[in-house]
Amino acid sequence: MNNANSSLVVRLLAFAVGMFAFGFFVLPPMYEVFCEITGFGGRTNSSGQQVAETPDLSREIRIEFVATVNNYAPWKFEPTVDSMTVNPGKMYYATFDATNLSGEGRVGQAVPSVAPVSASEHFQKIECFCFDAQEFAANEERSLPLQFIVDPNLPEYVDTITLSYTYFESNYVTRR
Amino acid sequence: MADHGPDKGIKRWLYTTNHKDIGTMYLIFSLVMFFIGGSMALVIRTELMQPGLQFVHPEFFNQMTTMHALIMVFGAVMPAFVGLANWMIPMMIGAPDMALPRMNNWSFWILPVAFGILLSTLFMPGGAPASGWTMYPPLVLQTGDAFPFLIFSVHLMGISSIMGAINIIVTILNMRAPDMWLLKMPMFVWTWLITAYLLIAVMPVLAGAVTMLLTDQFFGTSFFLAAGGGDPVMFQHIFWFFGHPEVYIMILPAFGVVSEIIPTFSRKPLFGHDSMVYAASCIAFLSFIVWAHHMFTVGMPLSGQLFFMFATMLIAVPTGVKIFNWIGTMWRGSLTFETPMLFALAFVFLFTIGGFSGVMLAMVPADIQYHDSYFVVAHFHYVLVPGSIFSLFAAAYYWLPKWTGHMYNETAGKLHFWLSTFFVNLTFFPMHFLGLAGMPRRIPDYSTQFADFNWMASVGAIGFGLSQLIFVYVLLTCKKGAKATDRVWEAPKGLEWTVPSPAPYHTFDTPPVKRVAQEAFE
Repeated sequence: MNNANSSLVVRLLAFAVGMFAFGFFVLPPMYEVFCEITGFGGRTNSSGQQVAETPDLSREIRIEFVATVNNYAPWKFEPTVDSMTVNPGKMYYATFDATNLSGEGRVGQAVPSVAPVSASEHFQKIECFCFDAQEFAANEERSLPLQFIVDPNLPEYVDTITLSYTYFESNYVTRR
Repeated sequence: MADHGPDKGIKRWLYTTNHKDIGTMYLIFSLVMFFIGGSMALVIRTELMQPGLQFVHPEFFNQMTTMHALIMVFGAVMPAFVGLANWMIPMMIGAPDMALPRMNNWSFWILPVAFGILLSTLFMPGGAPASGWTMYPPLVLQTGDAFPFLIFSVHLMGISSIMGAINIIVTILNMRAPDMWLLKMPMFVWTWLITAYLLIAVMPVLAGAVTMLLTDQFFGTSFFLAAGGGDPVMFQHIFWFFGHPEVYIMILPAFGVVSEIIPTFSRKPLFGHDSMVYAASCIAFLSFIVWAHHMFTVGMPLSGQLFFMFATMLIAVPTGVKIFNWIGTMWRGSLTFETPMLFALAFVFLFTIGGFSGVMLAMVPADIQYHDSYFVVAHFHYVLVPGSIFSLFAAAYYWLPKWTGHMYNETAGKLHFWLSTFFVNLTFFPMHFLGLAGMPRRIPDYSTQFADFNWMASVGAIGFGLSQLIFVYVLLTCKKGAKATDRVWEAPKGLEWTVPSPAPYHTFDTPPVKRVAQEAFE
């Protein structure tokens, strides 16, 4: 193989290996950052900057709660109320009711998602059971607390925000 | 050198480093895969002939749709174009062989192994992969024992394609005849050069995506598992970052083939050769920034939807340039309609139908309605069957006399063309209506309102499948045909027509002199 060929082959191979590395090592973190910035994928506001409490009483937003248990795991998991009407800029409390239906201790983890995407960065959770894994004794029933505030800068065309939680068995949780 | 012949028997094929032998093996391999994938399509169409479940279990039906796609994409269309590249590119640029002949042998022989593995999954506990060729998690993670075999075979296909692509680029860039500067290269060579770069850019990304599936399943990562903080939608983004350039990998060489054939049978040089090159490059570039149009319904910010919609529609512009140039080539030419020309003309016409339905699918509001319906099935089958596959038939009929030294049976060829064209439309045209009426894809049973069009499509599919046996007949009887002249057709352009028919085992041991090259091109 002459020199011109081998140097071209080396460069093309390096390109192929580089594209593999791009796909495997660069795209996933890039996607993560992209989601954090845009709220894509139902991320909630996690900027760390708390939204100031400046209630806007002229506006009413409907918050809908959705709860799902992943993969038919032995849990009962439901919102205490299906929906509530809130004013932007005001702090609210809500609860979800969870029951361990099995006769042994279990650990669960809720993963949140907010829709529509344009609302996600304006929905801030001050306190949420989803921040930590939840430990349950056999057949324990418990109410899980949530404290949230809707940013008054929420785009005007949004009048409903859906907050959805999926409850996972914690042995399923590996990362984070 | 010139009297050096190949080994005898099986050794010739196992050890060969000759671009013509390897090209032949690629082409035969892809034809076999075309028939295997085609039989799977017939299982699908037989089940769908009537509403209700008649012949196969739904699980097996899903395995058929998945395997049909994987085999047709990676086993039939892609290797067939690599086979054409192997045979024709050295002869078109006046090179004695491919630049890396031993690697060439390897990149072919990986393929039967890869597809052996993939086909063996049909007999494994849990059956073959059934989650669609797109392998979306979390569904694909429910595949049975076949799962690691699916991933491994995709890896092997990727390695084979990347090696083939590197070989093609090195051959084209380093081994052209003197005085064949880049913009003078035939369109087939040009489109393959661009395709090869696309392959090197995206096959590794697919390899990365399926490797992440593998580690999610077996090594405790959660790239795509929501429970662990991952996101299944990310797989769709990575997959389609590969997947959209992939569809141009399957069509750009077809553009090249058609750009060779239409000038020959119009007896005019290709209209706008350079603009064709720029259009193909443009399509290749745009293919990297439109991937999310495959996933408008998974949820995306409005600005994202708008960007991907407009970028997608933009592709219609360079594609339009190509269609315009083919018509410009035929304009006031003295056309004759031998079989290769018929297939090329049908390509231009029917591919354009697929292109139009593509523009319809690019529109976000419309796509939300069409997504995952039979309209999508109609769209991509129009660009792949009367698109890519027809161009492959056109290429086979066009160069068969050069490969074998004999003219094929023209009557059988024409019969093959007319039956294929009739049945391909009977199969896929009604699918547009089914999709618009709301029939979802990838289902083994359907509401009775869809019965009539499905029956038509199934009859068409069986007819199309049987018509392909004529092609096998043409290949088997080719040796009995009249001796082909060296130029074969009336006044074809290109260096491949300056060598004898059949093309000797070694061609262009010495590069063509300038005069030969000029005669071939001007």
